[in-house]
Amino acid sequence: MPAVTAGTLDGSATFSDLMAATLFSKVWDAHTVRVLPTGQTQLFVGLHLVHEVTSPQAFDMLRLRGLRVAFPERTVATVDHIVPTDSQERPFRDAMAEEMLSALERNCAEFGIRLHTLGSAAQGIVHVIGPELGLTQPGTTIACGDSHTSTHGAFGAIAFGIGTSQVRDVLASQCLALDPLKVRRIDVDGVLGPGVTAKDVVLEIIRRIGVNGGAGYAYEYGGSAVEAMSMEERMTLCNMSIEGAARAGYVNPDETTFAYLEGRPFAPQGDAWPVAVARWRSLASDAAAAYDDRFRLDAADIEPNVTWGINPGQSVPVSGRVPRAADVPDGERASVAEALDYMGFSGGEQIAGTRIDVAFIGSCTNGRLSDLRAAAEVARGRRVAPHVKALVVPGSVAVKAAAEREGLDDVFRAACFEWRSAGCSMCLAMNPDRLEGRQVCASSSNRNFKGRQGSPTGRTLLMSPAMVAAAAVAGEVVDVRTALAPAEGTR
Amino acid sequence: MSRIDRIRGTGLPLRGDDVDTDRIIPARYLKAVTFEGLGEHAFEDDRIALAGAHPFDSPRFAGATILLVNRNFGCGSSREHAPQALYRRSLRAVVGEGFSEIFFGNSVALGLPCVTVSRDDAAALQELVEREPATELVVDLEAQRLTAGAFEAAVTMPAAARDAFITGRWDGLNLLLDRFEDVRAVAQRLEGQ
Repeated sequence: MPAVTAGTLDGSATFSDLMAATLFSKVWDAHTVRVLPTGQTQLFVGLHLVHEVTSPQAFDMLRLRGLRVAFPERTVATVDHIVPTDSQERPFRDAMAEEMLSALERNCAEFGIRLHTLGSAAQGIVHVIGPELGLTQPGTTIACGDSHTSTHGAFGAIAFGIGTSQVRDVLASQCLALDPLKVRRIDVDGVLGPGVTAKDVVLEIIRRIGVNGGAGYAYEYGGSAVEAMSMEERMTLCNMSIEGAARAGYVNPDETTFAYLEGRPFAPQGDAWPVAVARWRSLASDAAAAYDDRFRLDAADIEPNVTWGINPGQSVPVSGRVPRAADVPDGERASVAEALDYMGFSGGEQIAGTRIDVAFIGSCTNGRLSDLRAAAEVARGRRVAPHVKALVVPGSVAVKAAAEREGLDDVFRAACFEWRSAGCSMCLAMNPDRLEGRQVCASSSNRNFKGRQGSPTGRTLLMSPAMVAAAAVAGEVVDVRTALAPAEGTR
Repeated sequence: MSRIDRIRGTGLPLRGDDVDTDRIIPARYLKAVTFEGLGEHAFEDDRIALAGAHPFDSPRFAGATILLVNRNFGCGSSREHAPQALYRRSLRAVVGEGFSEIFFGNSVALGLPCVTVSRDDAAALQELVEREPATELVVDLEAQRLTAGAFEAAVTMPAAARDAFITGRWDGLNLLLDRFEDVRAVAQRLEGQ
């Protein structure tokens, strides 16, 4: 279908604008229903993903107004936030969690929505199962009542996290009222060093552009380092766009994207496959597309990153030091001082050597098979430090099964990591997995906010899965590239 | 829906950049299937940590309806529970240097206007209200002005949201359902690809 830029709406586009467009504007235009009297765009949502936490009130609002779900076939639900990852027997020990899952099951049955509930082979974190099932496809718009919906942008989709009233809107109309975003092209050029991952890239981007730097933007990630990434790495990258305030982030679809999708249950099959691929290819940003802003990074400059503070922008390279409040610009001093105080740092210390109590590998950011493989490679033949509690939580039932086929569960168990069932787990602690007191957690998740991992005084250090595994073994933050001597029998 | 064009009340200063929605309402309170009762848990962990010294617990600001914040307020999780908790604590407007887009949209949907002021004005307002908590603030969405006694500041809000409040059409679902044949047409076009 022909691409029309957003500029045509106000008649100001030039001929060359019409010819060269970003993926964002092509997808936006293809899904535009109309410009509302408010000036916002009524945007059609190709795929609506639903989970148990942000949907019950939305279904109640539909009932209150006597509305139905407009396109149930474009709506898919699963359960992830509240599920226990140890015993998954029903009813759950937590009566509120049980009620919440029961409500989702009831709502999906009543409104005719496909639900991958607990016990299903397709259950898992909503941002893990969408891609796994082939539901997430290039060139579509995706919405979910979860800020990490930006994950799906890895496929060249435009994916928005929304609130519960908007979940209601999408259920009832399959549409959102939105203002178009600007597009910032972020190029990561060169080759990432060994032990440097997509997680480190996105932490680097957030530190440099700021936790508020993406406001009003979608991030288009490109450059040779991004092109070389697997789909799972691209998902990690896009997942944390929102931590830099970019509501959406995406990578243009390419051969890596198509190879990942081919043959997945909901991907186009047979004759429809080559047609879809040709269309998806045409949706990638044109070489001459104009961007509202550009940002460039050298892959070679990026080290494994570790957060020291209370937002994902407060990170340092693992070789670096925690900042001193006195050394930062005036406007940041209060925030840095608050973060140092909460985290128990005085400022100026090396981040490496920070003692940890808990290690968590999982989440929609880093709970996929390649993440578990990277962590297992570090864990193999080693043992979690005696004072550390270490958890590995696969992102989905399918990830768990695939990892077990490779024997990763045995590697983790032998190294004294707990091997759990799929769910959001300790990323946000809406389930029994949580920090206690002032515990420090090396975590492969996405947020180090105060209290995020379930203890109001708990402390989170974000890092890549391999770095978490290394910290678990060492009992403190270490540079995974150098700090661990080769384990016996692995070299 | 009712028109919201002018919000009048005393202020509640809450200092700090990048206040995330986990802090506004901790995740453990998201396990309920309704928004009822969230108000009492707003900023619960911060309030416990400050043992009574949190502005939400200060008798000086009791009855305040206008929250005064700084940069990137409401960042992080998309939970609508966050503005719901503030609204259910009787707050009726938020004035700050900037808001997370998702938080802003969620607030519009429940009739809680968030208006932006300059960094200097945000600081001046917080100081003013800390000094004189009884000062009446008036946020005028139509005139895009905020007054607090002799103090005046320009406030901004994206045009679509501002119009929605002023005209009383801030519940946008009807608008999305207005021309459903257009929605069906887009769906059919996309399916035909």
